[in-house]
Amino acid sequence: MKLRLGMGSCGIAAGALDVWDGIKEELEQSGLDLQAAPTGCVGMCHHEPLLDVIEDDGSVYTYGKVNAERAKEIIRTHKAGKGPLEDYLVSSSLQPNEFLQAQFRVALRNCGRINPESIDEYIAAGGYQALYKVLKTMSGDDVIDELKISGLGGRGGAGFPTWFKWNATRNETGSQKYLVCNADEGDPGAFMDRSLLESDPHSVLEGMAIAAYVIGASTGVIYCRAEYPLAIKRLQIAIAQAEEKGYLGEDILGSGFHLTIRIKQGAGAFVCGEETALIASLEGERGMPRLKPPYPSEKGYWNRPTNINNVETFANVPWIINSGGAAFAAIGTTDSKGTKVFALAGKIKRGGLVEVPMGISLRDIIFKVGGGIKDDRQFKAVQLGGPSGGCIPERLLDTPVDYKSIKATGAIMGSGGMIVVDEATCMVDMARYFLDFTQKESCGKCVQCRIGTKRMLEVLERICEGNGQAGDVALLQDLAAEIKAAALCGLGNSAPNPVLTTIEYFAEEYRAHIEEKRCPAKQCKHLITFVIDPVKCKSCGICAKKCPVNCITGEKKQPYVIEQEKCIKCGTCLEVCPTKFAAVSVD
Amino acid sequence: MNCCCQPDRNWEEIFKQDKVDLEMITGVLNKYRGEEGSLIAVLQETQAIYGYLPMLALRYIADELGIKAAKVYGAATFYTQFRLKPVGKYLILLCEGTACHVNGAERLEIALAEELKIEKGETTADGVFTFDTAACLGCCSLAPVMMINGQAYGPLTPDSARKIIRDIYAREKADQERGQAV
Repeated sequence: MKLRLGMGSCGIAAGALDVWDGIKEELEQSGLDLQAAPTGCVGMCHHEPLLDVIEDDGSVYTYGKVNAERAKEIIRTHKAGKGPLEDYLVSSSLQPNEFLQAQFRVALRNCGRINPESIDEYIAAGGYQALYKVLKTMSGDDVIDELKISGLGGRGGAGFPTWFKWNATRNETGSQKYLVCNADEGDPGAFMDRSLLESDPHSVLEGMAIAAYVIGASTGVIYCRAEYPLAIKRLQIAIAQAEEKGYLGEDILGSGFHLTIRIKQGAGAFVCGEETALIASLEGERGMPRLKPPYPSEKGYWNRPTNINNVETFANVPWIINSGGAAFAAIGTTDSKGTKVFALAGKIKRGGLVEVPMGISLRDIIFKVGGGIKDDRQFKAVQLGGPSGGCIPERLLDTPVDYKSIKATGAIMGSGGMIVVDEATCMVDMARYFLDFTQKESCGKCVQCRIGTKRMLEVLERICEGNGQAGDVALLQDLAAEIKAAALCGLGNSAPNPVLTTIEYFAEEYRAHIEEKRCPAKQCKHLITFVIDPVKCKSCGICAKKCPVNCITGEKKQPYVIEQEKCIKCGTCLEVCPTKFAAVSVD
Repeated sequence: MNCCCQPDRNWEEIFKQDKVDLEMITGVLNKYRGEEGSLIAVLQETQAIYGYLPMLALRYIADELGIKAAKVYGAATFYTQFRLKPVGKYLILLCEGTACHVNGAERLEIALAEELKIEKGETTADGVFTFDTAACLGCCSLAPVMMINGQAYGPLTPDSARKIIRDIYAREKADQERGQAV
């Protein structure tokens, strides 16, 4: 019997360190000689902390919401041969739950299964076989052909054919070329790259080594967000281990091919996800994009030919080499091959990291994999692609997830952030939220983005504050068209998408805000009032006690009253009013 | 005549509010001296030493590495990770990501500002807490989330967030009193 504890950032945030101590304590006290190891994230973040028990016959039992005491109980039960302990069981290899069943794992194949800090476990799971195969039996052209067959597209968002990029850099002359891994995952609401790097860093390194061999680079750089300390730590460990075993460094596997990989930490700028801005940042400059061409494949890092791919793209490569491009192409649709990883979050029952075959419908991801909406409320929209993406409404939920179909809705596939919202979310506020983000993150280089997004934000703010004017929607559309057409880089080009999609699909909400000064979702502070029903109020006084600005007054046996001028609309009174009274409501 | 680009001025006098020991970053400067494109790494490691980027240190980095002061200041103000003001012992980062936003992060902001009696971006008078926000901490399934000195907490309610702050504060107080007693 073996134990495996999920120790990605989300597991640790949910209390995995306490569980780890509990397991150690139990093993010491009972004298049990069990192997216990940390693992990364299997994706079921909604059940964290997660503990796997692997029986000697190989069957795996996964327990969720484990604490130190429960972990001890689970270990004892299994050891006594009385397992599994049904109360906390969330999945088992005999009966995988719905969340895992609907998935197809390529990039995430090892996540939550191996110890990310052990190269031996990666190798035991078939790791570095692809690199071996490439170095011993394949030419660079063979690899490019295999990638062409696979149809792999860049997983950072655009889906541009990976083989084409590699080939372009490969065909450049010059002795010094660079390979860059883009791990600057700046989309709010996206955590695919973090999870992958924390759970299976070697698969990314192996993909990078194959890419470096094909394009002829001897230096690789991983540009990773400083906000991901655990991912950086595990990458550092992985690089050191790979160097020691000869998978990185000089004369790799006796092939004469050299590669060193180092990590550069990003310093928090969303625009650095854009490749030319990323290169500027790598060179120690402010991360500002420049015009293309020349493309990085011609003039990139230090003006040398440079190939940049996303974390998930690299993680797919070893699988494609091992299983063949045709096997990857067999998954997905005619135009979009393979799988895509999504970070499922927001008002969803089972949030987490999922990898699904391309072509699956949004409805299946949200309702089958994700289990539907939290508290069984009404689905309203799903936001894809973060600040560059858009909101897709209920009636388009059967849209298949492929690059073309998603683009046709006005959203984008993006890097994989998928935020589900319910009826309590105001779509005008959602658009305002994203514009606020892009406006802050605009690097300021081009006028359209710097000033255009600011003007759009001002219009959206006044609509949310109840000062919207007739013609505001048309004004937003005009500004959006200008910015889209003229901004210098992808950040500006796509910044209006959240506004345009909400205008298209939720026009009624804009109308209500502007004409009736009403927020149908009852979320925009300036357009709502909290009131206490004097009949329902039982004068318990909890609301007055909890009100952060002390604007609720009342006495025993007298209904309490909210002083509207002082109220900051935080909603605390609504939340704390006992459900048996339900005296507070929003108008 | 106060332009900071002028050479040979008495910087310690000009930036006298920064009472920092510049020798603390000698190691960092030596490590990266001569390595092109390392400015951001230098700034990151300098911030790790002082907790922020003192103006005097920025000026010193520029002189030592032969980079224009304007460029150093430019990079230090472009990236959100860098701070030009000292931070408290506990740095609270409230996540403003999409998942946290739709799950009520704004109400946490109100509660935290009220509990700490400071606005976001500020540090408490006793130097214990700095309250700031982050674009996204990447723990979306625990939304709404905050991070205190690298440790993530979630999912939070305004009350549970207040309690976390109060617990830390109580611990700090107890430590201080114990320190005084000794």
